[in-house]
Amino acid sequence: MIALRNVAIVGVGHSRFGKRVDVSIPELAWEAIKEALKDANLSQEDIKFVSLGSFGIWSSESSPGALILEYSGLTSAEFLRVEAACASGSAALKVAYNAVASGAVDIAMALGVEKMNEVGTAENLEILGRIGNYFWEFQNFGPTFVGYYALYATAYMNKYGATEEDLAKIAVKNHYYASFNPKAHIPKKITLEDALGSPYISWPLKLYDCSLISDGSAAVILASEEIAKKITDSPVWVRAISGATATANHSKREDFLSIPSVRIAAERAYKIAGFDAENPVKYLDVAEVHDCFTIAEILAYEDLGFVKKGKGYKLAREEQTYIGGLIPVNLSGGLKAKGHPIGATGISMVVELTKQLQQRVEKQRQAPIEKGVALAHNVGGTGHYAFVTILSLSKS
Amino acid sequence: MSNEESKYPSTLPIKFDKKTGLPLWSDVREFSVKYNISINNIQKFFEGLSENKIFATKCKRCGKVYFPPQVDCPACKESDIEWIELSGEGELETFTIIKIKPKTFQHYDDYMLAVGKLKEGIKVLAWLKTDSPDKVKIGMKIKLVVTKRLP
Repeated sequence: MIALRNVAIVGVGHSRFGKRVDVSIPELAWEAIKEALKDANLSQEDIKFVSLGSFGIWSSESSPGALILEYSGLTSAEFLRVEAACASGSAALKVAYNAVASGAVDIAMALGVEKMNEVGTAENLEILGRIGNYFWEFQNFGPTFVGYYALYATAYMNKYGATEEDLAKIAVKNHYYASFNPKAHIPKKITLEDALGSPYISWPLKLYDCSLISDGSAAVILASEEIAKKITDSPVWVRAISGATATANHSKREDFLSIPSVRIAAERAYKIAGFDAENPVKYLDVAEVHDCFTIAEILAYEDLGFVKKGKGYKLAREEQTYIGGLIPVNLSGGLKAKGHPIGATGISMVVELTKQLQQRVEKQRQAPIEKGVALAHNVGGTGHYAFVTILSLSKS
Repeated sequence: MSNEESKYPSTLPIKFDKKTGLPLWSDVREFSVKYNISINNIQKFFEGLSENKIFATKCKRCGKVYFPPQVDCPACKESDIEWIELSGEGELETFTIIKIKPKTFQHYDDYMLAVGKLKEGIKVLAWLKTDSPDKVKIGMKIKLVVTKRLP
């Protein structure tokens, strides 16, 4: 077996998330690319490989890769676009990681871009609802993505006694931290009453249980150990990035209480990182999890092993995922309030955690960094695809 | 917006974002897509619908039941299946009420989406119809039936 090389993050970039009617798709991508290149102090010619995570159907450009590379002066790089629904960003990171870890290239960029607001909300619900199995599930029964997660919420609340208020507390937390993140789509605090008083979108999930339809981009530059040492004094190492999948048809899910692909991806990542899977929290300073809906953050707590099965809602209820609690989660504001530009989300999480570990986020939302390790959890669909990434200030 | 608009010839398809007032090019090449999806290998399922029957497939070698029906058994790497009629009898596993609908379902009233587990061991995602929506509970008995409606 060929040993993989150590891979470091040497530069990160992130656009403002939001309804970005002020920019076109290549302009939006350039915001993140420019920031990442400047952060790493590299030029476009140094980047030998670019992977793009983009779902893309929302945008008028059906194959935005070449256009983005042309606009950004990255045409000398080798290129791949990858798709894993809402985990497309992590899929792009995995591909760029492999390119560097394998020795194929020394410097690579993973980019995530999505411009969802070139179409309206009803079209967005249509496109997202078609993820899974269009022919058997969407075509006849018109599920939405909120609807799919609502199937989980109903089953979970029924089994464990979680309440709509428990779910709302996730939204309140994530909006609280977003209020300190100038790049968040909605950088505003909300109250529990705001969340509980919002209308049902797909019962039992309400407007404030849902993430945002956002435009945005994010980029990370990865380098081999040898190159990373020349570029930066504060590299963040990709200790593990592991993926897994689950059934396309929701009718084939074992239950609606857990996302199996997340459990498998976590198990794989913890093994590579050398974590005790029974207690991963003891290794971590901070996590970004895929809160596309509030129930998804609660399921993440359990499927990642932060708490035992059926106890995730108690972390929300007892506010254990704020700074100072068991483990701070989604200090960026999460998909809920920072926003969820589909293909950019996985990369955005890694940009955020890199900055958290380097202690360069706004002080109100900076986690105390003691262990120097962070975790990203990025889910495509309802776990159709899942990735768990572990970042660290030390190589091993 | 009148001052903004006057900057552009009226023949251009430019409109203005309601919130920010920023100009947006309103795409002139609108097109709709209608897919032609192969059902050649699963025709029996659709024949069954005309007789109000719901069919699944069963691998003759390993006995695995497939729904949605499929003619290939990836476990056996063979396509030796039989069609079995589902009883339709089962229990409700979970449900939701879709209130904000996708583009192509806008003409419907709110609908209840559910997953039921049938006694054959397979699950089905479909609409749940009931005269007493307040009494819907996980674990209740349900019956899977064929209904006719316009798209």
